[in-house]
Amino acid sequence: MATSHETVETAQTAADYVGHHLGFLTFGQHADGSWGFAHSIDEAREMGFWAINVDSMLISVLLGIIFVAVFRFGIKNATSGKPSGFQNFLEIIVEFVQSNVKNSFYAKNELIGPLALTIFCWIFLMNTMDLVPVDWIPWLAQTVAGDSHLFFRAVPTADLNITLGFAISVFFLIIFYSIKIKGLGGFLGEFAFHPFGKWALPLNLILELPGFLAKPVSLALRLYGNFFAGELIFLVIALVGYWQLPLHFGWSVFHILVITLQAYLFMMLTIVYLNQAHTTH
Amino acid sequence: METVQAFSLIAAAIIFGICGAGTAVAFGNLGGKLIESSARQPELAPKLQTQFFLVAAFVDVISIIGVGMAFLFIFSNPFV
Repeated sequence: MATSHETVETAQTAADYVGHHLGFLTFGQHADGSWGFAHSIDEAREMGFWAINVDSMLISVLLGIIFVAVFRFGIKNATSGKPSGFQNFLEIIVEFVQSNVKNSFYAKNELIGPLALTIFCWIFLMNTMDLVPVDWIPWLAQTVAGDSHLFFRAVPTADLNITLGFAISVFFLIIFYSIKIKGLGGFLGEFAFHPFGKWALPLNLILELPGFLAKPVSLALRLYGNFFAGELIFLVIALVGYWQLPLHFGWSVFHILVITLQAYLFMMLTIVYLNQAHTTH
Repeated sequence: METVQAFSLIAAAIIFGICGAGTAVAFGNLGGKLIESSARQPELAPKLQTQFFLVAAFVDVISIIGVGMAFLFIFSNPFV
């Protein structure tokens, strides 16, 4: 927290401080044709489509590895005798996900359980990065890189690319299972003939298609909006001097709820959408 | 430039206000009905709570996107 105070004094304004925390560590092609990291937000914008946010990717992949490693370790050491506390903890998570899948997914599909568990745990871990004080991870990255103007954002779910990546993957799964279960004709027929029969085909398309396309967009934007707004409020709180300590505490405690709820919602909505893809009308 | 910034701030304020008002009404209704119905049939409460969180997500989404957009207008305005 002290680091944030110093940053405010050395930086010119509050807007500069917040703006500096909103830049990604973007790797891409510069305007002159060479490849490298962007040094400002405008430069990152000019890189266009073929640029990658290294910070979000690094942290999300790292957290994914941690998730897989922890569960693998738990499974290797699982016993049917007297379980350790760690094993109990993993069982609580797995049973929680399992009961949710059982309650709202009625078809038979072996992918849904592991998918739901992965989505829940991974998004939960990525959201939890929000609770690390806003300056610590950027400061660490700047120290390691030896560059005090390095951009680094610690919360991968506050990056629209990451949340859209999740949502589009789920969207492709919805399309894949819809076509697999109902056939291409059945899948398209849902849009063409569903509310008003086949004589009102254009009207049916107008009614059904936006709802279908809104699924991935609302999934991605819900997660992104919550964490972008949450991170910004942390940044604004970091500007107020020593009074930030109780404020940070309060907002963090509230954010624990948001973190869990958003991970849960993403998992639940994935299950519900995939259940819709498996049921015929 | 200053005019754009001033208008963006006003826009952000309006977005915050309307988003807050909308979700307040929605969550008031939602939570009230949840408590009402779980008082009527307590054995259904866990099931209703799951449904409550799902509907809360649908209620929440537009306003939280609005709040995100408002923050974007305040701190890194795309029009300036």
